[in-house]
Amino acid sequence: MKYFLQRVAFYLFTAWAAITLNFFIPRMVPGDPVQALITKFQGQLSSKAIESLYVLFGLDKDKSVWQEYLDYWNQLFHGDLGLSFTFFPTPVSEIISSSLPWTLTLVGITTVISFFLGTGLGVLAGWRRGSWADGLLPVTTFLSSVPYFWLGIIAIYLLTGPDSFFPSSGGFGSGLVPAWDQYFIPSAIQHSLLPALTILISSVSGWILSMRNMMVTVSSEDYITVAHAKGLSDRRVALSYAARNALLPNVSGFALSLGFIVGGTLLVEIVFSYPGVGFQLFQALGAQDYPLMQGIFLIITISVLVANLIADVAYLLLDPRTRKEG
Amino acid sequence: MSSTPVLEIRNLNVEYGLGDQAVRAVRDVNLTLHRGEVLGLAGESGSGKSTLAYGMTRLLAPPGVITGGEVIYHPEKGEAYDVLGLSDRHLQAFRWAETAIVFQGAMNSLNPVHKISTQLTDVLRAHRPEMSEAARNARAREMLKLVGIAADRMEAYPHQLSGGMRQRVMIGMALILQPQVVIMDEPTTALDVVMQRQILGQLIELRERLGFSVIFITHDLSLLVEFSNRIAIMYGGRIVEEAAAAAIYKDSLHPYSQGLLGSFPSLRGPRRELTGIPGTPPDLKGMPSGCSFHPRCPKAFEPCSTNIPVLARPDDSPRSVACWLHPVKEPVG
Repeated sequence: MKYFLQRVAFYLFTAWAAITLNFFIPRMVPGDPVQALITKFQGQLSSKAIESLYVLFGLDKDKSVWQEYLDYWNQLFHGDLGLSFTFFPTPVSEIISSSLPWTLTLVGITTVISFFLGTGLGVLAGWRRGSWADGLLPVTTFLSSVPYFWLGIIAIYLLTGPDSFFPSSGGFGSGLVPAWDQYFIPSAIQHSLLPALTILISSVSGWILSMRNMMVTVSSEDYITVAHAKGLSDRRVALSYAARNALLPNVSGFALSLGFIVGGTLLVEIVFSYPGVGFQLFQALGAQDYPLMQGIFLIITISVLVANLIADVAYLLLDPRTRKEG
Repeated sequence: MSSTPVLEIRNLNVEYGLGDQAVRAVRDVNLTLHRGEVLGLAGESGSGKSTLAYGMTRLLAPPGVITGGEVIYHPEKGEAYDVLGLSDRHLQAFRWAETAIVFQGAMNSLNPVHKISTQLTDVLRAHRPEMSEAARNARAREMLKLVGIAADRMEAYPHQLSGGMRQRVMIGMALILQPQVVIMDEPTTALDVVMQRQILGQLIELRERLGFSVIFITHDLSLLVEFSNRIAIMYGGRIVEEAAAAAIYKDSLHPYSQGLLGSFPSLRGPRRELTGIPGTPPDLKGMPSGCSFHPRCPKAFEPCSTNIPVLARPDDSPRSVACWLHPVKEPVG
């Protein structure tokens, strides 16, 4: 428990550092968002309007950096991430909360499926090595070396078209309004199939390979021989002794990959024009939309930190050797 | 100690690899373990003693293969059967219930992520499915007590125990189903001398109480002389001498046994120079012709380099040796 609290304290500190960096970096980048906005409105802004824009973006020249920093924290606690100016005057938090569910469902579900499928196949391939399962390995090695966005481009090229079942872009059919009804849900699933498959194919092989290799390593441990000698069933030895121990590195890998759900599949979302966080970030970069970038970075940072914390807790639960006594 | 056999190894051959590349690690071994006895198995590293133990319990990891022979097991009640011919299901039932093993790596024999209690009771769950959870736990606790470990260590994880405690847990685990045969493969190698003697003494005491037989494998002949009834000496995959412990100690017949005995100091008796055995153990891939020990043997003479000596009785006593110095009177087996 003490160890757990120490970890939590550590992550809180890291979060503070990350958020502080997040505050300072845009202020160190040359150019400022108000100038960009003025250019966008092609000089049709009065000096009063410009003044108020500076205040709105938290770039008030009358305030000290310290004062701005405190305001920034104050706004954060109120869930206020500022205003986007590609979608001016929509608040950044609104944009993120509309795009985050897309990413979370698509990449989240895919990551979970990929982990369980890959780990299961890895257990099988590692335990039954020398059998047909070994034939899987060259294929997985090949697939794991293929970049997923490239796989996505190939998939769009080969599988989509005017008559194809698979749509080539977007998150749902045009003319539909996001809602929990019988028109929208099937359309959303249909649109998510191809990107999901792309992510799945390229990520599952990593899990298979690492699990298989850990299984092979663990299989030569003495306690596996002992488990066999004890007359336990092959199934029990494979699952409770070999796979249980081989799982440890994969679980922390899984927890970390949860952190990359939000930011990690940017390219897939770009390739498929999927309305997720990655695609938003891409647009924000193109439009120099600092508040939006800042907001998305914040979300990515926090999700990576939370995932790390989950990895620590998972390890604590799975491996008794990491628990400190007392 | 009766002289009824409990485990008979007949012409056992074990090889690593297949075809021309195969290495013969155990060659035509014949060995009988009697009810209630402690049979010592000694030899240098690579002499095949551990392979013999893995072979007779069918625990050989690939590429090890049993290429011939029989391992006849005589259960307490019922017909004798060949362990090598058991189906997978019967083999699972046979393991641990009839023949338990305490392995070389005391430190790594327990799974680090499971509690001691889990690892003790899963044997019972596999072999005695009719036992209740409470009965299983009670039995596990009883075994810990038997080997001198407090019952509250049940809920401990292996890393919370010392090396000696872990090995005692393993001994307790080996005895949990009351097997007739316990194979100890260098059980105390990783432990200090004091702990070695303590654990072995405890094991011998338990054997007297519970009446199981022990095959005790080690390279430490001095331990064997003290703790076993009979000793078999292995060299290059073969048994070269087999006799009562006292007979081996006082007058061993094979020059290799004499060499092994000459390489450790005795506590009592006159001071003498430790000799050791010149040369290195044979390469199993290219065994010397004739007696595999002849290149290192100080007493080698004319037939040694050409003919393989068979394990046989040199006189009327119940001992056997494979050496041309002691020609065949009556072949064993």
